[in-house]
Amino acid sequence: MAGFVEFAAAGYRLPDGRALLAELSLAVPEGETLALLGRSGSGKTSALKLVNALLVPSEGAVRVDGRDTRAWDPIRLRRRTGWVIQEIALFPHLTVARNVALVPELEGWPAARIAARVEELLALVGLPAREFGGRRPHELSGGQRQRIGVARALAADPPLLLLDEPFGALDPVTRNELQAEFRGLQHRLGKTAIFVTHDLREAARVADRVALLAGGRLVAVGTPEELDASANAEVRAFLAAGAR
Amino acid sequence: MSAEILTETARHLYLVAVSIGVATGAGVPLGVWLTRRPGAARVVLGVANVVQTIPSLALFGFLIPVPWIGGIGARTALVALTLYALLPVLRNTVTGLAGVDPTLREAGRGMGMTDRQLLLRVELPLAASVILAGIRVATVIGIGVATIAAAIGAGGLGVFIFRGVAMVDNATILEGALPAAALAIGADVALGALERRLRPPR
Repeated sequence: MAGFVEFAAAGYRLPDGRALLAELSLAVPEGETLALLGRSGSGKTSALKLVNALLVPSEGAVRVDGRDTRAWDPIRLRRRTGWVIQEIALFPHLTVARNVALVPELEGWPAARIAARVEELLALVGLPAREFGGRRPHELSGGQRQRIGVARALAADPPLLLLDEPFGALDPVTRNELQAEFRGLQHRLGKTAIFVTHDLREAARVADRVALLAGGRLVAVGTPEELDASANAEVRAFLAAGAR
Repeated sequence: MSAEILTETARHLYLVAVSIGVATGAGVPLGVWLTRRPGAARVVLGVANVVQTIPSLALFGFLIPVPWIGGIGARTALVALTLYALLPVLRNTVTGLAGVDPTLREAGRGMGMTDRQLLLRVELPLAASVILAGIRVATVIGIGVATIAAAIGAGGLGVFIFRGVAMVDNATILEGALPAAALAIGADVALGALERRLRPPR
């Protein structure tokens, strides 16, 4: 199965030799949302950063759209990859509209096209540009900021989305809302997406398939239903944690 | 008499404006470069620190015999004032850039910014208020130190102070000291207001 993103026995070590990720082989077909599930330190964020070349694999390879990430110009690869992270990583010195406009600006789109795109995206995430475009990030709630984070990642219409615990810092109610919105968005947009989370229920809610990492290794992968039926100890631990 | 005060105030402002301008123009790029080379940063900041500890009258005196930059007059004073202004600008540039949230830096890189775009669009705007605070400190110090420039024939408000000291005449001293103090306070307030405007909201 050729994936849009392929991990081929990919590993990542720190300079001191400690392995954060080992022998990860996994394919994410075009249009699929894959959840990378695991505890803190399980290597899921490292796996994500291998995809947009913020990290380079120490062993094996990662391919995006059929090409090794080391063969990509990292700037081109990252501009074609939407990136959403948990920490409020909107730029505080820029308005909401300018934050969303960033990648199109870097790509040199004409101003009119950028303005239209910003308006479209802010409408898409339910924060109309007329009301919210001129605000600064600190004037928004946590949920609104993450919606802007998603809009920013989608700005240049990248085929691939990487999300690193995007809703981790939100209260449970807002979190549920955003999970549902993300799912709805994905139904319409059909991007290939990798969604890192430590919450099995969130994984089941947003993803088509779930890959479970433990200690830097892939221990299980399947649909949420398949994981429900799994006998693997780490899977059972996550199921038990979610049931409480 | 008041015409002379205006003339010397203008010369005083000229000395400070040029030295701060040069120190900023050189200090900010140098500071940016130093953040990429921590080893060099220690050396350069150390040297700048040492320069800062030289008593100002001594520094003016030391520079007089130096060829090209020395001599009696405004040029020597400008060199000395620039050296004094360099440390606050440098140190605050390095501190300001180091204080940029690494998450924002990584977010910028993850979005596909080149190093240059990251510097111009994220790092410098976020560090701007800290850098400006350094320029403000340098300016206030510079306005004070520039009164010493009169000792080497560079003019400025120090002319009245040295004259007043020689004549043991407080009124003449104040003709230099009061405008100098007013300039320092005015610069502090104005640059402080600008600094607050540039400070990124949290």
